[in-house]
Amino acid sequence: MSVGKLLERLLQLLPVLLGVSLIVFVMMALTPGDPVGIMIGDQTVTPEQEAELRRGLGLDRPVVERFFIFLGNAVQGDFGQSFYHRRPVSTVIAERLPATIELSLVALIVALATAIPLGVLAAIRKNSILDRLATIGSLLGVSLPGFWFGILLIMLFAVQLKILPVSGRIGYSSEVLPITHFLLIDTLLHGNFRAFGDALSHIILPAITLGLPMTAILMRVTRTSMLEVLRQDYVTFAEAKGLSRRRVLFRHALKNALIPTVSVAAIETGSLLGGNMIVETVFGWPGLGRLVVESIFLRNYPLVQAAVLFYAVTYVLLNFFADILYTVLNPRVKL
Amino acid sequence: MNTAIASMPVKADSPFRRNMAIFAENRLAVGSAVVVLLFIIMAIAAPLIAPHDPNETDLFRRLQPPGWKVGGDWSFVLGCDALGRDILSRIIYGSRISIFIGAAVILVATTVGIAAGLAAGYLRGWVDVVISRVVDILLGFPYLIFAIGLMAMMGPGLANIIMALAYKEWVIPCRVVRGETLAARELEYVEAARALGASSRHIMMKEILPNILSPVIVVATIRIAHVIILEASLSFLGLGVQPPTASWGSMVADGRAFILEAWWVSTFPGLAILLLVLAINVASQGLRDAFDPRFSE
Repeated sequence: MSVGKLLERLLQLLPVLLGVSLIVFVMMALTPGDPVGIMIGDQTVTPEQEAELRRGLGLDRPVVERFFIFLGNAVQGDFGQSFYHRRPVSTVIAERLPATIELSLVALIVALATAIPLGVLAAIRKNSILDRLATIGSLLGVSLPGFWFGILLIMLFAVQLKILPVSGRIGYSSEVLPITHFLLIDTLLHGNFRAFGDALSHIILPAITLGLPMTAILMRVTRTSMLEVLRQDYVTFAEAKGLSRRRVLFRHALKNALIPTVSVAAIETGSLLGGNMIVETVFGWPGLGRLVVESIFLRNYPLVQAAVLFYAVTYVLLNFFADILYTVLNPRVKL
Repeated sequence: MNTAIASMPVKADSPFRRNMAIFAENRLAVGSAVVVLLFIIMAIAAPLIAPHDPNETDLFRRLQPPGWKVGGDWSFVLGCDALGRDILSRIIYGSRISIFIGAAVILVATTVGIAAGLAAGYLRGWVDVVISRVVDILLGFPYLIFAIGLMAMMGPGLANIIMALAYKEWVIPCRVVRGETLAARELEYVEAARALGASSRHIMMKEILPNILSPVIVVATIRIAHVIILEASLSFLGLGVQPPTASWGSMVADGRAFILEAWWVSTFPGLAILLLVLAINVASQGLRDAFDPRFSE
């Protein structure tokens, strides 16, 4: 793909990002409850102080002007103060982000590591018991409500079998000084393998819960595309040439069959963002998703606004990269 | 003569009948459709079949186990929650919320999506540009996050959930209808209607719409399952229907605090969601394979 095309595609993102920001702004502007009133809470203030606070937040200005101020500040990463934390919203979000990214990445790895082998096996042994089980599994995967599946896993592995922890990111006794803020990496960097094991045991259940719908979808995609590839002439030719079945499958078929899987995985990574809120709430995972849910109940609107915008922009960018990846992997497709 | 023609049986090979015959051969899909129908009947007849009042509390029955367990009582077959309310009755009443919200959201979204998709695909020009941009922007939000943002703004409640979900859901039928309309507007029957002087409105509603309904119906059935899970997720987070009204998502959330001692409080409502969503998914896959073979494997 040429640089010109890439730039053109990048420019097309601008109206979408602008529209997304406008919707987030309107959403919060229409939210009932006066932000100044929420900030003041039970404190006694004079009308002058209240007016000053209102001026300070820019709430005395016309709504259109407020949108452009919001946009200008957002571009600089300034989303105001979190009412509850009494610190800048961007700082609070940045603190919670590594936990969410770490969980999403592990969920992605779990999904890919399960879906690809299962999808390939189901395709190779089409109509076998394994294929049918995989089909039923994928149907269950998209039908299971994530919050309930998470609770079932807790009941089985944490409450009954007592082999994995119920919630949290790491045990108190295993905490290490943060370096990258990704606990699985930090514990290894410290050479503390016991803490690494502890962090790993905490992330397994939430990652499986978060990755389940994605596993189901990717397995279907891999199976379908593998079946498609196995019907192609070049596979028949490779077999006719006398190459071993194993070589044909792994060197010739799989390479091409995985193109749709990788593309769909890139798109589905965006959908992990929504799942995060549920999974983090179920497992008490200290990430951004749980912070947003808590903030809604605390009426901490600047934080909700910033987080929704952050999620939406990330989602748009992930979809953009998924498009690019698809074009790069599949040169016949033009953007 | 005319009477004789009118009384002749309708030919059995109309596309709709042919597709329904294909669907009827898929036993799993038909079985699933029957399960969905049973859930609908359960929702409608809830006051007649629920053994107890779903909101009646009885602290003597707090966390009472299911009927077959020690300490259980067969008249409260699935046990009781932390307030001593009958779980089975709450599941039966909760089906009303899930099914009503699922159906209402899809109805509103499909109606809006059809109107917008027809207008964008047939009228083209600035109408298409505006609608397509709005669709692009709404697609820029992860679904649940968009709904959560709207629920934070509007506050909880039945009408608000329907609005919050429909605000984004209409985009999906809209894209399907727009695509189908773009293809249909170049076909001969539409050209013929145009040549006969039919108005744009007539062509869209009377000529194009009846011919593109199959994929729209298939997409709508597939999406109901998705909407039911989203509603349950919102209720689970406490942003959905408010207590004491029974909803499956909030029932699962209520049981979270008691998973150590009372697994049944969360388990059965979750099982109800799984059963209904699974049945809708299997039935809609059967419909899709029968009505839209382009997508079948």
